[in-house]
Amino acid sequence: MQTESETTQAASEYLTFMLATETYGIDILKVQEIRGYDTVTHIANAPEFIKGVINLRGVIVPIVDMRIKFNVGEPTYHEFTVVIIMNVLDRVIGMVVDGVSDVVALTPEQIRPAPEMGAALDTNYITGLGTQSDRMLILVDIEKMMSSEEMQLIDHSR
Amino acid sequence: MKDHDQRALNIDMAKFNQVFFEECGEHLAEMEQILMSLADVEPDDEQLNAIFRAAHSIKGGAGMFGFHDMTIVTHVLETLLDKLRTHEMPFSSAMIDLFLEAGDVIAMQLSGYRDGAEVRQEAVDLIRAKLEHMIEGEGAPPAPLEMTRVESRAVSGLSADHRYELLFTPDPDLFQRGVRLENLMAELEELGSLSVQAQVSDPGDLNAFDPTLCLTTWRFVLETTASETEIREIFEFVADEEQLQVRDIPRDSRAAGPDAAETQPESFDQVKKENPGAAPAAVAPATAQPSGRRTSDTSEMAPSAFGRRAGETEASIRVGVTKVDQLINQVGELVITQLMLAQTAASLDPVLYEDLHRSLLQLEHNTRDLQQSVMSIRLVPISIVFSRFPRMVRELATKLGKQAELKTIGETTELDKGLIEKITDPLTHLVRNCMDHALEPPEVRIAAGKKPVGTIILRASQIGGRIVITVIDDGAGLNREKILNRAMEHGIPASDSMTDEEVWPLIFAPGFSTADAVTDISGRGVGMDVVLSNVQSMNGRVTISSESGKGTQITISLPLTLAILDGLSVAVGDDKFIIPLNSIVESLQPTIGSLKTVNGKKMVQVRDDYIPIIPLFELFNLRAQVTEAEKGVLVLIDAEGEKAALMVDALLDEHQVVIKSIETNYRKVEGTAGATILGDGRVALILDVASLLQMHKKSM
Repeated sequence: MQTESETTQAASEYLTFMLATETYGIDILKVQEIRGYDTVTHIANAPEFIKGVINLRGVIVPIVDMRIKFNVGEPTYHEFTVVIIMNVLDRVIGMVVDGVSDVVALTPEQIRPAPEMGAALDTNYITGLGTQSDRMLILVDIEKMMSSEEMQLIDHSR
Repeated sequence: MKDHDQRALNIDMAKFNQVFFEECGEHLAEMEQILMSLADVEPDDEQLNAIFRAAHSIKGGAGMFGFHDMTIVTHVLETLLDKLRTHEMPFSSAMIDLFLEAGDVIAMQLSGYRDGAEVRQEAVDLIRAKLEHMIEGEGAPPAPLEMTRVESRAVSGLSADHRYELLFTPDPDLFQRGVRLENLMAELEELGSLSVQAQVSDPGDLNAFDPTLCLTTWRFVLETTASETEIREIFEFVADEEQLQVRDIPRDSRAAGPDAAETQPESFDQVKKENPGAAPAAVAPATAQPSGRRTSDTSEMAPSAFGRRAGETEASIRVGVTKVDQLINQVGELVITQLMLAQTAASLDPVLYEDLHRSLLQLEHNTRDLQQSVMSIRLVPISIVFSRFPRMVRELATKLGKQAELKTIGETTELDKGLIEKITDPLTHLVRNCMDHALEPPEVRIAAGKKPVGTIILRASQIGGRIVITVIDDGAGLNREKILNRAMEHGIPASDSMTDEEVWPLIFAPGFSTADAVTDISGRGVGMDVVLSNVQSMNGRVTISSESGKGTQITISLPLTLAILDGLSVAVGDDKFIIPLNSIVESLQPTIGSLKTVNGKKMVQVRDDYIPIIPLFELFNLRAQVTEAEKGVLVLIDAEGEKAALMVDALLDEHQVVIKSIETNYRKVEGTAGATILGDGRVALILDVASLLQMHKKSM
């Protein structure tokens, strides 16, 4: 009993989503909401993976398509296309993914350090690999990734 | 007659005083918060700078509003902080206590002005002496020479032999005889510790009130070793025997006597009892360092301005900005919902659904009204800031022996309350710098072939979706050599080969000052870095242009984060954009004959002008339906004097739009001044014509 309650306490929850065939997990506390893909307003001279901005209840939110950014999957937009709205670095950012699976709780023992490997994402942003039954999750430091220069979401010159 | 002017000025000042009180309170709170967080640990440079800026801002504000005794403590405090900041002096934990004590004294002075609370002058003098002592040398005993007067006064409260109560009921024509009460009080003060109360028994009909008459009864309480004769001597030429009553109060009555004058509430009661019929009985507590103007201020102003906290309730409430923002967002949502409803209803038969249409029209009016009211909560005219300056300029001019004229243009420009609050400090610094550094003394100006009176212009306007505030002076201009030398002394990277445009921004570096002498006006080098950091925190820009001998122009450009904008929506392909109406000159459909090519650049001839064409689809890499100018629509825009013709597919509609920042969650988008939400809930970018022109020039 003792050990079990301890492990539950130490477990952190991750929202898992799909990019092509790989499953990724991000800290659930960073996720604000999940919504369908709406028409976005294109932003002039923005990189291709920044789809544009949407109106989220009066707030202008940029939308990034991870599939274009990391060149995986098919960037198609239909009624099942999902956008994860996240709160990172005091900003609200939307991320288009292939699909959202579920929320999993992982204890530290279930997380292994990330090996050098050929994931679509740069290993710099990968904090570890989570395993649950037969599934493998690639855990991503979404804050670090979204603030990186290559995402071009934040003005680094300022 | 002078009193008349004074009174009018005072009433005007009342609302600005209120602003100062609030700001001063905030600065004090900030200072205290930092000090408390230190807990005897040495503060880092950032914290020291923050405390220093708070003290500096209080001093600046107090000086500007004429609360000169507040500047005394802050000035000494600031000097000490400056020494710490430049590491001229080591930090000791005793300083924190001292700073906190100084903060309390300033707070006491503040509440003295605001609420009419009692100000203990001994405390003021004591803290000043302590601070000066700290500056002069750690550990040494209080310097006897300089401090004796101050110290003795502080001590005299305890050891004074006598305590006199003086009731002075002067002739009404006292002022007309040229008697200055403040001189009298200064003389009394030299004898010992003094407190003054002005009592107006019955001013009579206020409409017939003659401000040149002295109707006040002055009550002085003097603790001194001097004899009654010495006191009477001071009043010799002013008061007749019966006009001055001198009473020796036994020392122990202070604790027991009900007529002890030490505590303010008692005296209030006392006056009320004495004058049961007099309606506006005014009791003006004054400090022992009386400036004649202030004592008369308080007696006249007591019920209306200074006593407001105690008496009347204010006709406004302070609400958190986030609450207002939330309200604005929610109303914005409501407007969009209303527009969606209207769009849906438009497809319904107007005859069958007449009632529905009528109600929807009503709804539209109501939501518009609501939106306007909500938006107006946050907007304030910049005159609130500008009108602080004439007095400051006048006072500084007298102090510095310079002549200056202040002109303000565009005072009705409205901007966000948040911006107003943040722009006040930078503008104060800039105007002060103009007076202190930029404008030359009259002799120098005449020698340079200029008018002896210097001009400072404050101009505000809304240009291309930004609020632009310019401070212009016709002074000496910036001194390139001096700036470069000073920069190198301070280890700021600089070289002689830098262009003027690169040199001017050096003055924004922290601690930079080219003033030869540090005055209590400026020259400590806090001004400009505060200006830059405040403006940058508003996502604004500061640019400087200066010409030696001709003057300097400092331009602050702020985004319209929360302002409303009248705009024209235009279509390019599937995208919609908003062009601010105030930058549109006209729009036209060009004829083939009017389109020319000059050096390979497309131009359109409008009457006698040739205007370059900027195809928006090219600039923004869009898929447009129209790519030839003769089939599209040209919108003639004017960006700070420069004209261009923006080519779009079609004009859509005129809107009043709410400007939303893109930068909150994303980065700056070149060529835009923000975004807005259209009736269908979609986002449209608002174009910034000035930056479009720059983009166009770069792309060529």
